[in-house]
Amino acid sequence: MALKIISSQCTSCSACEPECPNVAITEKNGTFVIDPKKCTECLGHFDSPQCAAVCPVDDTCVIDNSFPRYQVPA
Amino acid sequence: MQASIHEGTAVPSAAKVGEVMQAIAEHKGCGTSGGSGKASCGSAAGQGDLPTEIWEKVKNHPCYSEEAHHHYARMHVAVAPACNIQCNYCNRKYDCANESRPGVVSEKLTPEQAAKKVLAVASTIPQMTVLGIAGPGDPLANPEKTFKTFELIAKTAPDIKLCLSTNGLALPDHVDTIAGFNVDHVTITINMVDPEIGAKIYPWVFWKHKRYTGVEAAKLLTDRQLQGLEMLTERGILCKVNSVMIPGVNDKHLVEVNKAVKSRGAFLHNIMPLISAPEHGTVFGLTGQRGPTAQELKALQDSCEGEMNMMRHCRQCRADAVGLLGEDRSAEFTTDKIMAMEVNYDLDTRKAYQAKVEEERVAKVAAKQEELSTLAGEMSDIKLLVAVATKGSGLINEHFGHAKEFQVYELSTAGAKFVGHRRVDLYCQGGFGDEESLETVIRAINDCHAVFVAKIGGCPKADLLTAGIEPVDQFAHEFIEKSAIAWFKSYLDKVNSGEIEHVERGDAEIRQGALISAA
Ligand code: SF4
Ligand code: SF4
Ligand code: SF4
Repeated sequence: MALKIISSQCTSCSACEPECPNVAITEKNGTFVIDPKKCTECLGHFDSPQCAAVCPVDDTCVIDNSFPRYQVPA
Repeated sequence: MQASIHEGTAVPSAAKVGEVMQAIAEHKGCGTSGGSGKASCGSAAGQGDLPTEIWEKVKNHPCYSEEAHHHYARMHVAVAPACNIQCNYCNRKYDCANESRPGVVSEKLTPEQAAKKVLAVASTIPQMTVLGIAGPGDPLANPEKTFKTFELIAKTAPDIKLCLSTNGLALPDHVDTIAGFNVDHVTITINMVDPEIGAKIYPWVFWKHKRYTGVEAAKLLTDRQLQGLEMLTERGILCKVNSVMIPGVNDKHLVEVNKAVKSRGAFLHNIMPLISAPEHGTVFGLTGQRGPTAQELKALQDSCEGEMNMMRHCRQCRADAVGLLGEDRSAEFTTDKIMAMEVNYDLDTRKAYQAKVEEERVAKVAAKQEELSTLAGEMSDIKLLVAVATKGSGLINEHFGHAKEFQVYELSTAGAKFVGHRRVDLYCQGGFGDEESLETVIRAINDCHAVFVAKIGGCPKADLLTAGIEPVDQFAHEFIEKSAIAWFKSYLDKVNSGEIEHVERGDAEIRQGALISAA
């Protein structure tokens, strides 16, 4: 599983981009998007997903249920 | 990146820093020596008893010296959209409310675009002496973009002063870089020194990979802010503190804030009114938290003034504003236009222009001194406010109907003292003579006894008189302070001879909108 950004709520403030430990966040056509293949939900890096912690708009960086939960490689 | 940041910029020597600190320490005694000395100090008209080193730094800085505000311009560029805290008076769809009005969106620029814009503006407007990075967002939550912009500008336009406004959370980490760039002015927004109060203003802060909330968040923020302030003043970097006055939340507490920042070497304290309306979509806007009235704001500023220099001319200008006083010429400098411009940065022309401005300023101060001497024998307790329509240069040179804002001066036998400004731009768009807009102007300057203008039509003149505000146009295109003192003298004469009776005026409204260009 990964996180996704609800683009209609994103203010494009760019705060999340440098916080991501996996460089999964990039700007596309004015809003920011998460590459689900790169996102690890910050597991193993930080206590909570960094993008959600820094985002000024509540419930904008959220769990994307269309992906299975990320497994920390053994 | 780090290495290139320091390239070619002079790091102040220890000796120089020592000197400045000594000067700041002396300056703290300012105003305690008695009487109305405060009026001539710091943010007011002249050098007063401000130490020369500090005066040299601030005299051409429109954000620090009220007098410079009439002659020099600053600009802001929006290169730093990210923020690391949340304020209840901010809706981050818009600019940082700490430095500009809520509800306004600035055009986001890359550092390269920003540098080009600064050069283009400085070549067109020689009065442009200061570049600030303020928001949207926090410049120090975007350190690469902020410092890259400074680096580019320091290279091509070394005469432009750099300044920076921050919420302070990340400040201690960047003090050395700031010093390395010769940034000599930093503004920190400090709304509280008590975390319990802070918890009502800041829902959270993001620090070291973690979101903190409540009192814990506010404690972290205040510690970092005060630490950053101390570190800056230790290095001889001038610090201004901005505070947003939120009635019922931190209004009384700001006296404590004033003491705390003064003891840590802040040289100016700017108390700004909370601007809050439901349509801004901010927490305070939605909960119906009101802003202060003009009288409440002035009372708080007055009560802090004995302590240190207060700044009253802050217009909470929008982050990408360009121009002098309330003027905004940003439409001339959109990104498209700038990128197409051929910029020729001519340092000599700028210097020559600024020399001319200096002459004007000297003439203005001399005129005021001369007029002031005629008040010398007068004895009266009367203190009153007057509004002035001006386009800058310290002159009464704006038409009543075209004024986007009025400067407010307090007149007494001690002279004319600038105490604030009232913006009316939103209401003038309907055109001159529009009854509704006139009423709004009257509400905005309702605490004034007179309004000085270059010109005024018959209708508004009559309405102003009915409202008890005397329209004064016989000083058109003359110096503001000199004229105000002359008018005040004749007012006193009339009161003394019994021709008129002096009555106190009511309160006025602080406009709750964003400064937008009327164009
Ligand atoms: S949850 Fe962590 S890894 Fe995933 S996008 Fe957000 S910051 Fe990056
Ligand atoms: S932090 Fe939130 S609002 Fe800002 S760019 Fe990222 S998703 Fe958008
Ligand atoms: S510091 Fe500025 S941008 Fe950040 S939340 Fe506060 S007002 Fe908004």
